[in-house]
Amino acid sequence: MKLIQAIIKPFKLDEVKDALIELGIQGMTVTEVKGFGRQKGHKETYRGTEYQIEFVPKIKLEIALADERVAEALEAITRAAKTGSIGDGKIFVSELHSVIRIRTGESGEGAV
Amino acid sequence: MNACIEKASRRMVGGFMSLLVLSGLGSPVWAQDGGVPQLNAGDTGWVLMSTVLVLAMIIPGLALFYGGMVRSKNVLSTMMHSFIAVCLVSIVWVFWGYSLAFAPDVGGVIGNLKWVGLMGVGPEPLEGSTIPHLAFMVFQLMFAAITVALISGAIAERMKFSAFVLFAVLWVTFIYAPLAHWVWGGGWLAELGDLDFAGGTVVHISSGVAALACALVLGKRHGYGTENMSPHNLPFTVIGASLLWIGWFGFNAGSALAADGVAASAFVATHVATAAGALAWVGVEWSYRGRPTILGAASGAVAGLVAITPAAGYVEPVSAIVIGLGGGGVCYLGVFLKHKLGYDDALDVLGIHGIGGTWGAMATGLFASIGGGTGLFFGNPGQVLIQAIGVGATWVFSFVGTYLILKLVDGTIGLRVNREDEVLGLDLTQHRERAYG
Repeated sequence: MKLIQAIIKPFKLDEVKDALIELGIQGMTVTEVKGFGRQKGHKETYRGTEYQIEFVPKIKLEIALADERVAEALEAITRAAKTGSIGDGKIFVSELHSVIRIRTGESGEGAV
Repeated sequence: MNACIEKASRRMVGGFMSLLVLSGLGSPVWAQDGGVPQLNAGDTGWVLMSTVLVLAMIIPGLALFYGGMVRSKNVLSTMMHSFIAVCLVSIVWVFWGYSLAFAPDVGGVIGNLKWVGLMGVGPEPLEGSTIPHLAFMVFQLMFAAITVALISGAIAERMKFSAFVLFAVLWVTFIYAPLAHWVWGGGWLAELGDLDFAGGTVVHISSGVAALACALVLGKRHGYGTENMSPHNLPFTVIGASLLWIGWFGFNAGSALAADGVAASAFVATHVATAAGALAWVGVEWSYRGRPTILGAASGAVAGLVAITPAAGYVEPVSAIVIGLGGGGVCYLGVFLKHKLGYDDALDVLGIHGIGGTWGAMATGLFASIGGGTGLFFGNPGQVLIQAIGVGATWVFSFVGTYLILKLVDGTIGLRVNREDEVLGLDLTQHRERAYG
């Protein structure tokens, strides 16, 4: 099992969600986060005073998946979240040791 | 003209001929019946309505304008400053403030104590006008209140509330009342012929310069220049600026003290100067910074309002547009002064009110052409010198007086919250309240 964490542009959330649902993916967790990569934030100016806003708003999407589904999910996220300009985000994939469905107590891939 | 006990009585002395001339501007200035001045319902109604408009400039206008510009942890304390300024000044004005400003002159510098507690100030017409003395008194009360509230922009986010209360009472007593007397109460600047229609020197220069003294004595906010201190709610600020614009018709056109042609003239000048001020500010920042901002539009509108205040009843509409454009432009530069000179005038009270008021007062000496004023461009170069004396006297008196008051307050109860309280925010530490969530 893998845990996919995708940091994407907030306005791309709906497209990414729809692309994943199309693949039949059952659930996901979404968090509003702030951060920066190469995009390095932006400048704001108030009455001539400039502020460098380093942390820009992003969306973090988390999905747990069986190994064989990971490739298509990564492809779908990449396709849907891409604008081609700087700041499109990143996808992190990591090993997932276990998953437990709280309601039934079942664990492993059946609980994903 | 505002006070114009002075002005109105000049009109009266001018007699029948001036009445004929003035009647061209609108309704008769006063009706006389066997020598007894009478109330005029239209004039009284307009001045009372204008009084309400000036109150709306302070609360909610200025409270929102300033409240939106501070960080979210200080929005309540900032709005509280405007609210409490109205309450404190209102009481002071009744007991001694009005008398010091407007009671019969003592040596050209202050009013006497004849009207302490509003003794003898009643519903009968104010001498030389057609409105009740009480209406004039309460209209002037609002001017005193807004001047104190304006200063609060300089001390935002770091002054102890108790210190602000003491400061407000002392300032309105020892700085505002004498200044109002000099210009409108028959004091030495009035005698000199200084033109200040609705408070360019008395309200705006005085509060702007007091703000500079506050910024210098209080020192910078913790984290100034390194932390992000951007406005937490610009929609508040835009609504506040819009209410200032609306209320300013009472401030300026109400200062005619009559529902007449002078009021209409001041009304139009006020409106077009404000529009011009906003356009000037936005135009300058668009050229130099690449983006037009709504904070710039709001700030420029206020700058235009400030600039036209001393000139409102003395200039024609095209002159008003020039004054407004100049106001937006010089105030845009005015807010950069603090970066150059290194003080923390948190909400740019000097940059907008001090600098804009100074420009407006001088511009009055250039552009005055109607309503009893004549400036340089209309054949009276001497007016510029008189205006400069008024400006200089107000700068010096307000700065020195405010500095001394601040030192007194600092030496007794202390001016500034401690650093930990400042970091937590004044809403929580001064008021045990929180604005949001």
